[in-house]
Amino acid sequence: MNVATLDQLWVYLSGNPLLSLLVTLLVFTLAVRINKALGGTPLVHPVTLSIAMLIGLLLLVDMDYATYFEGAQFIHFLLGPATVALAIPLYDHRERVGRLLVPLLVACVVGIVTAVASTLGIALAMGARPETVLSLAPRSVTSPIAMGIAEQIGGIPSLAAGLVLLTGSIGCALAPWVFRLLRITDPAVQGFALGLSAHGFGTAQAFARIGAVAGAFSGLAMGLTGLLTAFLLPLMTRLIGLGN
Amino acid sequence: MPLIMGMSVLLACQFLGELVARGLTLPIPGPVIGMVILLVGLMVRGKVPTSLRVTGEGLLNYLTLLFVPAGVGLMVHFALIGRDLLPILVTLVVSTALTLAATAWALDRLNRRRRGQGR
Repeated sequence: MNVATLDQLWVYLSGNPLLSLLVTLLVFTLAVRINKALGGTPLVHPVTLSIAMLIGLLLLVDMDYATYFEGAQFIHFLLGPATVALAIPLYDHRERVGRLLVPLLVACVVGIVTAVASTLGIALAMGARPETVLSLAPRSVTSPIAMGIAEQIGGIPSLAAGLVLLTGSIGCALAPWVFRLLRITDPAVQGFALGLSAHGFGTAQAFARIGAVAGAFSGLAMGLTGLLTAFLLPLMTRLIGLGN
Repeated sequence: MPLIMGMSVLLACQFLGELVARGLTLPIPGPVIGMVILLVGLMVRGKVPTSLRVTGEGLLNYLTLLFVPAGVGLMVHFALIGRDLLPILVTLVVSTALTLAATAWALDRLNRRRRGQGR
């Protein structure tokens, strides 16, 4: 019987999408277990934990991101139809959304202005490079929109995408504390704030932790924020004389 | 075949959304426009077909998992983030907390005022 050597096997496996697909699912399952064992704390969110473990694993076996993504893209692809599916909870709660339309729009503008103004203010005060500041500016928006905006105002699109992801995990970790501090208990308000400040991560968190109402408002906030930021942000950066 | 039917509807809406986004060169991602298209469709239809609900809610239950592959992409940006690490971290944490608080506070306030008027 012929037995392939270990490195031959590795060459085959590492070039095959099957491996990274399987590893992603297993690591996620493990991360959910670890999170449960720790009492479901938002500090070690399953997504953040999975991402950290997978990055560690890839660095360990010296696999580059492009190779990993060849397998993981099958999971990534489902983000598209899942975004479309957000219309379902939105439809279920259409009466409530309709009743709150004006407050929701006002809160959305307040949130976006706070996000952009505090981001630009703090980053400039701490002496970050101009292109870093401009890549930070659209960080509350879901990554495809953020990359487009960053490019438009003179930031670095790929850096913007990375910062969007960090913002998402930080937002999920901070949200329970902020809500407790301000005594916010309404799931619709919690969901909306999460979706506005932490885009898709926040929406996923709202669905998983708070429920369908929060998820619907979170999805709505994510969409609205994306649309409004694309218009407001270039105006705001021009106002303070940054970028082009 | 509820899964196939549901998935076809979702993908068709996404496809239309992409066509609109590309065709009009909008800065909005196709799936977001697809969401609006599906919402309008559901309003016209007046109910959510069971096949669509089963598939859609199944996907939304695992929404967190779907972000993992994109998140691992952070490893590509280590060098860029490292150049301005401290300002970036402080900005992200402080500004995200402020954004969460401002949004939740504003919406909560507006809600309460509205409820007060209703009484």
